[in-house]
This record gives sequence, C-alpha cells and structure tokens, in this order.
Amino acid sequence: MISDLFSMTVLVGILASGIRLATPYLYAAIGETFGQRSGVLNLGVEGQMLLGAFAAFYVALTTENLWLALLVAMFIGALMGLAMAFVTVNLHAEQGISGIGFYLFGLGLSDLLFQKLLGTVETVKGFSKLTFPVLTELPVVGTIFFSHNILVYLAFALIPVSWFVLNKTTLGLKIRAVGENPEAADSLGVSVAGVRYFTIILGGTLSGVAGASLSIALLNVFQQNMTSGLGFIAVALVYFGAWRPWGVLGGALLFSLVNSLQLWVQVLGIPIPSDIAVMMPYILTILVLVATVSRVRAPSALTRPFERSD
Amino acid sequence: MKKIRILLVGLVVLGLLFSACQPQQQEPDVEEPAVEEEVEEEQEDAGPFRIAVVMPSSINDLAFSQSMYDALLRVQEEMGGEEAMEFVYSDGMFVVDDAAAAIRDYASQGFDLVIAHGSQYGSSLQEIAPDFPDTSFAWGTTVDTFGIDNIFAYEAASDQGGYVNGVMAASLSDSDVIGVVGPIETGDAKLYVDGFVAGAEATNPDVQVNVNYIGSFSDVALAAEAANTHIAANADVLAGTAQMVVGAIGVAEENGALWFGTQASQTELAPDIVVANQVYRWDVVLKEVITNISEGTLGGESFTINLANGGEVMEYNEQFDLPEDVKTLAEETVQGIIDGSITIDLPE
Repeated sequence: MISDLFSMTVLVGILASGIRLATPYLYAAIGETFGQRSGVLNLGVEGQMLLGAFAAFYVALTTENLWLALLVAMFIGALMGLAMAFVTVNLHAEQGISGIGFYLFGLGLSDLLFQKLLGTVETVKGFSKLTFPVLTELPVVGTIFFSHNILVYLAFALIPVSWFVLNKTTLGLKIRAVGENPEAADSLGVSVAGVRYFTIILGGTLSGVAGASLSIALLNVFQQNMTSGLGFIAVALVYFGAWRPWGVLGGALLFSLVNSLQLWVQVLGIPIPSDIAVMMPYILTILVLVATVSRVRAPSALTRPFERSD
Repeated sequence: MKKIRILLVGLVVLGLLFSACQPQQQEPDVEEPAVEEEVEEEQEDAGPFRIAVVMPSSINDLAFSQSMYDALLRVQEEMGGEEAMEFVYSDGMFVVDDAAAAIRDYASQGFDLVIAHGSQYGSSLQEIAPDFPDTSFAWGTTVDTFGIDNIFAYEAASDQGGYVNGVMAASLSDSDVIGVVGPIETGDAKLYVDGFVAGAEATNPDVQVNVNYIGSFSDVALAAEAANTHIAANADVLAGTAQMVVGAIGVAEENGALWFGTQASQTELAPDIVVANQVYRWDVVLKEVITNISEGTLGGESFTINLANGGEVMEYNEQFDLPEDVKTLAEETVQGIIDGSITIDLPE
C-alpha cells in the first residue's frame, strides 16, 4: 500500500507524468511572467490557450502539417495578445476585468468554432515522442527524461532562455524598468507602450503554444473547455515563482508532481477519499504560497496603466 | 503585499473551482451558452404534442445531451413526424441561472412537457414547477420528483452496462490489471464505475481494478495522465466515463490497451481498441412520460432506463475482433441481469 509508493515503477511514473503535466504550465506561465514584469496582468491566458489549442488542432487535422499548426496557434495567440495590449495600454482598461473578458471570449469562440467546424470530438496525429539513440533505452532515466515529444523539451528550454532575456539583455532591462517605474523608463526614452505591446503579444504567443502543446502533442484531441482552469493556475504560478523563470519552473514542477502523485495514490488503493486526493496539489500550492510569498515583491507598476504626464 | 497574497490565493482557488466544480453528474460540457432555439410557433388547439428541452452541453457532444436529442428525434419519427410531436431545445445551458430562465420561458409558452436534462437543474425546477400546475416537467438523472405532482424524474442504471463491460474487460485482460478513469466520485459516474468493478471481480477474482477519479469533468490532460498511470501500473484494459476521457482513450490507443466506453459510442475515436460501449436510449423514458401526460398524469413518478427495458444497449465495435466466447459471455451476462439471475453487488 503506502510502501508501494516508493517502488521504482511508481517513482519513474510520477516523474515522467509530472514532466508532461508541467509542459503547458511552463509556456503559459513564462508568457505571463514577461507581461507581469512589464506591469501588465493578463488573466486572459486561459482563453488564449483555448483558441491556440483549437487553431492548432484544426490546422493539424486539415493540413496534417504540425509545424504549420503550431505556427497558426502562435499567430492566433499573438492576435489575442494584440487585442489585450490595445485594451490595456491604449484604452487604460482595468487589467483584471478585461483579462476575464478575453478569457470568456476565448472560451466561447473556441467552443463555437469547435461546434461549427468539427461538430464532434476527433483525434489527430500529433507530435510523436522523440527517441534518442541509447538514451531512450536507458532504464529509469530513459522513461523519465527521454520519452517525450518535442514541445515538452522546448518548454523546459524556454526557462534558461527567458531568464537570460530578462536578466542579461537590454530588452530585459527595459521590460523590468517599465514594470518597476514606467515614468522613469519613459523619461529615459524607453517606449512604455512599445515594451508592453511586445510582452503582451509574446505572452499571447506562448499561451497559444501552451494550448497547442495539449491539442497536438500531449493529447491530440480537442474538447470544449479542455484547458479546464489550467490558464489560471499558470497565472498563479507566476506569483508562486516570484516573477522569475526558475521560480516558475519550480512551481510548475511541484504542482504537476503532486498531481501525478495523487493519481498514483488512488491507483495503489491507498485509502484516501478521491476528493481529498485531487485537492492535494492545490492545497500544497496554497501552503507554499502562504509560507514564501511575503519575502518577494511584485513589479511595482503591476496592473497600473501608464499615462504620460506632460 | 497583502493584496497580492490574497490575489494569488484567490487565483489558485479559482483554478480549483474551474477544474473541479463542473455541474454535477453528467457530461457537463462547459461552453458559452450558444443558445440555439428552434422555435416553431404553432398555436393550434389539439395540435401536436409539444416538448421543450434544456440541455447542459451541445446536441452533438457524442454523450449526454446528444443521447437525449437523438431520443427525441426517434420518438418524433415513431409518433408520426412533426404533425404528431414537435420539440424545441436550448443547448449549451451550463449556466444554471440561464437554464432556469429558459425553463420558465418554455413553461409560460404552454408546452406540454418541459425537460430539464441535467441534475444541476433540480432546485430551479422545484421552484418553477408549482407556478405552472398544468405543465408537465421532467428532469434527470435522479429519482427525486420532490413530491411535486407535475414533475417526472428519470435516471440510468449505469451499473448494468458497467457490469457487462467489466465482465468483458476481465476476460480480455492478460495482465489481470484494469484501469478505470472517472470524473468525480458521485452519481451516474460512480454507479457506472462500481458496476464495472463488480463485473470484473465477479468474472476473475484475481483481477485487480485500479480506479482513479480525477476530480473534473473537463480536465482532458489529467485524464490522459491518469491513463498513463494505469498503463505504468501494468493495466492492459482501460475504461472510463464522462467527457474528459477522450484524453485517456488516446493514451490507451498509443499503448495498445483496450477501451470500454459508456453513455455514447466512443468507437469512432479509436476503432482499433474500443471493444464495446454502453449506450443510453432515453426513448423509453420519453414514451412513458408522454403516455402518462396524455392520460392526464403530469408527474410524480420516476423512471429508470436499464438493459431490460431497452433504455441501455450494449454496442459492440464490429471492427474489433472480439473472441466468440467473450461475446457469448457478455450476452449471457446481459440476459442474466435482465432475468434477475445476476445481481450486482455495489459497495454501500
């Protein structure tokens, strides 16, 4: 029973599942990190993901070209980001509320398109698992690390890249400046609107990839509301990760690993009610948040629209 | 600082709500209320029997709502087309308040029968029905008519088809490990899973059935990972109920595991590995209700679809090469459940 949890099969299973489950969170949460570091809270992630997931699925189904499908998902996500940027940057709309609006728009439109263009649940041939010579065959390590599709690896590669961009480049410096003190950045000639447009569109693009990672890589189906709150968890992970890519990685892995742990808890017949088991990742996330969050500081200008005072 | 902490705790809670708190029991496809109403105004006395239906998901969801829509079409044809019976519907009514408004609307338009197809609509119906004593209402899945004499209730004995599926699953498993992916441990889903487990264990006492409730009707990703977990635990036959199992079916196919479906036929999704499905046919309930109404009884009774009354049908995938002895065993099991020689022992 409980001791079964520590067998090799179970540990390998938990780690491999956790890595797969973390993938969509990583794309969405890294995109959101860029937005928030520049001072924009985007709660529309879930809607962007749903539209990205549908777009990728539909293109993959009709053209059988997976990279084109991914590209279209990115483009749709970017369009959603563009709209979000216009509403929050130019129109100074309340970010939380307009984000929820974009979420509902994405939810509704993806469902409408699903009903009109597909009508029923179908499957598609998605990105297949990569096999590495020798590595994939390795016991334990092979199953955990070398049996995933390309989008899983790209998600993890995104972490160091985004860390580098945010902390070691001029662009990253501008993003952080705009998020901390837009007035100062503006007076130094940084285009606050330009930077925010860039980060929000980038966030939308990555949310589109997050959706595509579900519909054409991990699951290879599209279903109404298939993201099921995942986009909101991604936003929470940004806070959890203290607006830092490595922190986001930690949060996403913790949440996903506990989720795959609870699946095993039920399969092994450990007598915990299923309702309690499925709450485990959420409860743990809240506990860690409460314990750690007081030590970090949000970007000062987060959720604050910028208006140039002449 | 405090504000941020509140916000993010709120976000996590919101995530939990979105993933878990789908409307109860049946296939609640969450979607924008893309309300499609085919209102055909025809106000003649002694005209056709008029039915209005409110459904939580879309009529082409390959599951709960579609099972009712298809049943209405069949009953309409049987009764002699639109002259004898006409129906209108609002689908995608996952917001209960919207559904309640639609139910009240239909009732005030003088329909003979208003169906609230979803257990989440119960309390709305309890409020509305007494205001329209001349209109008949029906809702499911439940047995509860609230003691109101113009409400019918209907449900599915999903444990029966579950049992038959379980019998076949245990016969086909080589590893003697079977995995089941469920949504939330309640109602129709729990009944089906309990029936499935009972059937499998009765057929082969050595078989181990691992059950996994993922806490959501819509989390396709988690359903897929639940299936991966079953596979890693050495299962070679999988089953599941509710709409999010499409993720699990994909995993089963990828790993060459067999699949058993319920509510609607899931054969199309993976024709190579789907063995059989339990399919709901609400016609039986509809006909009973219509007969009752035309005899002047507007409610107070509850109906169950099961294998015996033809409301539940076992559908075998013709493309799957089911061994003759297993098929015979399944058919004998169906017969046994119908004639009462097989009783299903459910927990609790």
